[in-house]
Amino acid sequence: MADFPRPLVGTEADTFRRRRRGRNLAIVLVLAGLSVLFYAITIVKLVQH
Amino acid sequence: MSDLTAPSAGNDRGEQSSLSAHEAGTEDDVRDWIALLKPRVMSLVVFTGMIGVVVAPGHLHPILAFTAVLCIAVAAGACGAINMWYDRDIDAVMRRTQSRPIPSGRIAAGGALGFGIVLAVGSVIVMEVAVNLVAAIVLAISIGFYVFIYTMWLKRRTPQNIVIGGAAGAFPPVIGWAAVTGSVDLIPLILFAIVFIWTPPHFWSLALWANEDYRRAGVPMLPVVAGAKETRKQIVLYSLLLVPLSLVPWFLHFSGALYGGTAIVLGIGFLVCVARVYRDKQDEGGNSLTNDAPARAAFKFSILYLFILFAALAVDRLIG
Repeated sequence: MADFPRPLVGTEADTFRRRRRGRNLAIVLVLAGLSVLFYAITIVKLVQH
Repeated sequence: MSDLTAPSAGNDRGEQSSLSAHEAGTEDDVRDWIALLKPRVMSLVVFTGMIGVVVAPGHLHPILAFTAVLCIAVAAGACGAINMWYDRDIDAVMRRTQSRPIPSGRIAAGGALGFGIVLAVGSVIVMEVAVNLVAAIVLAISIGFYVFIYTMWLKRRTPQNIVIGGAAGAFPPVIGWAAVTGSVDLIPLILFAIVFIWTPPHFWSLALWANEDYRRAGVPMLPVVAGAKETRKQIVLYSLLLVPLSLVPWFLHFSGALYGGTAIVLGIGFLVCVARVYRDKQDEGGNSLTNDAPARAAFKFSILYLFILFAALAVDRLIG
């Protein structure tokens, strides 16, 4: 028999969504920051050469 | 809604309740991932790395300098994450570390290892692409030293773990210098030596009052293996080496009187602190009867010491 996961309910589900939203936001911020950084590095390298 | 489920099965390490919650993703938080990076350790590493960039002769574009310091910070964080992955068994039995994300079950061990490896590899690649090859090589060596030499080899085998492993934390000023100059010269090696010699008295002060934790975890820290009395003696010996060593940049005319004066004053302060550790009221085995108050004070002062010493070097170079 497969061991099916127990569904999250109530505050547990709310907590899960809140934390997932926090992680997603952090990843977006890191990716956006890296994009800006790599763009800036490219410009600096181009100017230097 | 289909992904909002929690598995009912545990794992083979007896972490059923916490791991179930973790696998459901309800326990880990962004703060836990940040905690894996050991932000407090990272701050000192970033600072000394930044000083390496500031005091090095030559010019590095501010964006590239920022990138170099960021790579140092990320690499330090990666080392912290890999260290927490490897030490999760002893972290679970030490009071000071048992609330860390892995032993408390908020982050899976494999996830922490993957996180650390990605950050370590990424930081070295970005350092090479954006800054230069020498800085990237030294950065890679420092990561390898911390992970393989200190964490995996020395930490659980010898009371000299902190002495030799301290080299890992001494690399940042060398990396910062290499980022600007593309080479490694005498001065960054002296800065390396200062952090290297500073590490044992700094860490053994902590080990004196965290002695029981290390004993329970079976980590052969000097106080556990050789006793508190011997540790107090070693703290004094390393401090006596540190103070003259901190004056070498001044003797070599790399810095001026501002740094020299600061190093002397700080050195006297450091020696007073470690003398109090040595003369602390203790039993026959050298164990403190004052709850290790002098060792706690010496630990705090040692952090301040390194911050001010390196800041003075940077200010001296900038105004000199």
